Amino acid sequence: MDISSHDVLLVGGGGAGLRAAIAVSETNPKLKVAVVSKVYPMRSHTVSAEGGAAAVIKSNDSLDEHAYDTVSGGDWMSDQDAVEAFVKEAPEEMLRLEHWGCPWSREPDGHIAVRPFGGMKKERTWFAADKTGFHMLHTLFQTSLKYNAITRYDEFFVTKLLVDGGRVQGVVAIELMSGKIHAILAKAVILCTGGCGRVFPFTTNANIKNGDGMALAYRAGVPLKDMEFVQYHPTGLPFTGILITEAARSEGGYLLNKDGYRYLQDYNLGTPQPKPVLRSMELGPRDRLSQAFVKEMEKGRTIDTPYGPVVHLDIRHLGEKIINTKLPFVRELCLKYQNIDPIKEMIPVRPVVHYMMGGVHTDLNAATALTGLYAAGEVACVSINGANRLGSNSLTELLVFGARAGKAAAAFASETAEPGSHVVAQAMDEQRRLERQFLSKTDGRESIATIREEMQATIEKGAGIYRTGDLLAQAAQNLRRLQERFQNVAITDHSYTFNTELTAVLELAFMLDVAETIVQSALQRSESRGAHQRTDFPKRDDEKYLAHSLIYRNEDGSSRLEYLPVTITRWPPAERVYGK
Amino acid sequence: MIDTITLEVARYRPEQETEPTFERFEVPFNKDWVVLDALNYIKDRLDGSLSYRWSCRMGVCGSCGMMVNGEPKLTCATFLSKYVPGPIRVEPLRYFPVVRDLAVEMTDFMDKLKSVKPWIIRQEERPLSEGEYLQTPVQLDNYKQFSMCINCMICYAACPVYGLDHHFIGPAALALAQRYNMDSRDQGTDERLDLLSQHEGIWGCTFVGECTKACPKNVDPAGAIQQYKLKAATEWFKSFLMPWGRK
Repeated sequence: MDISSHDVLLVGGGGAGLRAAIAVSETNPKLKVAVVSKVYPMRSHTVSAEGGAAAVIKSNDSLDEHAYDTVSGGDWMSDQDAVEAFVKEAPEEMLRLEHWGCPWSREPDGHIAVRPFGGMKKERTWFAADKTGFHMLHTLFQTSLKYNAITRYDEFFVTKLLVDGGRVQGVVAIELMSGKIHAILAKAVILCTGGCGRVFPFTTNANIKNGDGMALAYRAGVPLKDMEFVQYHPTGLPFTGILITEAARSEGGYLLNKDGYRYLQDYNLGTPQPKPVLRSMELGPRDRLSQAFVKEMEKGRTIDTPYGPVVHLDIRHLGEKIINTKLPFVRELCLKYQNIDPIKEMIPVRPVVHYMMGGVHTDLNAATALTGLYAAGEVACVSINGANRLGSNSLTELLVFGARAGKAAAAFASETAEPGSHVVAQAMDEQRRLERQFLSKTDGRESIATIREEMQATIEKGAGIYRTGDLLAQAAQNLRRLQERFQNVAITDHSYTFNTELTAVLELAFMLDVAETIVQSALQRSESRGAHQRTDFPKRDDEKYLAHSLIYRNEDGSSRLEYLPVTITRWPPAERVYGK
Repeated sequence: MIDTITLEVARYRPEQETEPTFERFEVPFNKDWVVLDALNYIKDRLDGSLSYRWSCRMGVCGSCGMMVNGEPKLTCATFLSKYVPGPIRVEPLRYFPVVRDLAVEMTDFMDKLKSVKPWIIRQEERPLSEGEYLQTPVQLDNYKQFSMCINCMICYAACPVYGLDHHFIGPAALALAQRYNMDSRDQGTDERLDLLSQHEGIWGCTFVGECTKACPKNVDPAGAIQQYKLKAATEWFKSFLMPWGRK
């Protein structure tokens, strides 16, 4: 076994991970930083984010307005102290990225340009055309290359957190190229592995989004928070699930049902105007828009396709020039994957699983309940996003909380002893487990793909846009059965070199755990709030559920839930009002 | 309409065989499928040991470049229907060492990328409190296309010069160097030029232009290299006229 040691170790090399790694290096250049990622950092899923990143910069805007939009968008589940810190630090983080070379779109005079976005009352979304995540990720990655204290472990798959004496002390990882198992020790570990969209059958998420970090933390006894809140983005392309950015609507696109009618006017989202109106109609929040789609479908007003019912996103009236300058990627994706030109044709879209509001429970400094373990970005739940995230808050979140995690971990590592030798023995145990359960296993009968597909169908049916207690209970039972069947999974590839069947099976194990936490948390929340809609409990219940769910794993693999009150500072719970 | 199509997939399992072989798989034909969908079908239903990289399936993460019927392509953006009635030959990206099956070793590129210093170089950093560097849309357009590189390696697999000499720094890394040189916020052109005007830097390129033709993101690495050569030649010439003139 290869053993190495660092001060701070990042699991994940996407936006949050790279921002955190740089923050560690800038806080204390002497610290040795390791970035451990199962893909080369520039393949990370931050790359797929399109529309933009929110931060107050224009004189007509204010931090309080950004905070209020975020809190009301989150249906009052956001912790308001976290939101206040977030909106305050957002502009500086975004500027820092500008100084590092991010090619932000500009006003004619050279200042940063901003665009409107869903649920936001002011224009405050910075953008790099409609490839914002791509440019942010590459800027962060290329900038990270100049820090010599950062060592990268590219294509290393983390299988376990090493915990001893009540603190995390490193990870076990498989080097994909060779199949070698490594114990990579560290005084502090930051999880930055992103979301888990692949738990669902239809998602914008990349193949690598399997909830790795969530499952690693959960298995180490760290609670996951608000896992019942899953965001469906209202506009994905049918079949592929490729995202058509909200920017298509913020630039003025319409959502039309099969009769060509702007149906959102029927769902308390305002009255249609020719030009986009902030916090209204197509610029409403994502949860409400996805829910409106389901209602339209039930009324028989959607359009059937071989890949499910759709509505139309119409941007033809924006004209070729706007589309080519502000939405070139939308056009490229439509031409390439849907074989239509949005300058001349309407885009078929349907809701698609996009983002996890929930994640590893952290405090404002990204610290988890386990000493030395931090989490930032989509894998974490601080929570600023509450029951529904606003578009363009997540890219900013990974900067603000990535930086906070890096600083906090650097401070912790600077005054903490080296990892002990006990954890190396643990790493050996993990190596034996991987050998026994997977690499030398020859007697399995269940196919990886079958279990994965059944898991995805189960969670979509039980924990989709609308949920009921009965369906959730059924889903919980199915997932238990799938966990049992997983014990009998068949492995045909027993080689060490770049074994992607091994990673697929490990990812499936992560996803099964995460799927159970989503279903259990949703089952226990007997109310409707934001993205969690229970048809058997259609009202928000602030008496009982103005609280975060915390799900813990029991020794036997079952789970238990606790609740933690939401922090309210200046915005007492109120009705969410859009279109007024 | 056909029901199935055949893929001839390059296999190489270094623990089992010394040379790559081809394996034929018959997969359902669906007009909406890309080559990557067919590979995923094989992995999920026919042979779980087939290894390749993929992630975003929307042409932006750069993971899934492979040779498709002899041409370097992003397999997530290459439709089966283009190759009817088949067979479709899928191989790892040309000119790179093969790790296994369709996955190539890319550390060479990662080292080269770092060597061109792809970050903003300033003599003096502007404090954040002074706000953004102003950059007009025209200034942005000067480098924007070079910033669109997704590091998919397709230009390397298309480049005959790289095929002959792996020391050649190659199209993507040069385009990214130029991305920073052309950025109005950057002051690192001279620093990068010293490195790149070495023999293996830019002079290796014989301006075949295959990189630009193959790029799935419409980046023009060949153009970047030309700009670079011109600049380097001018600087070289100037260094004789006025040796103190640079720096």
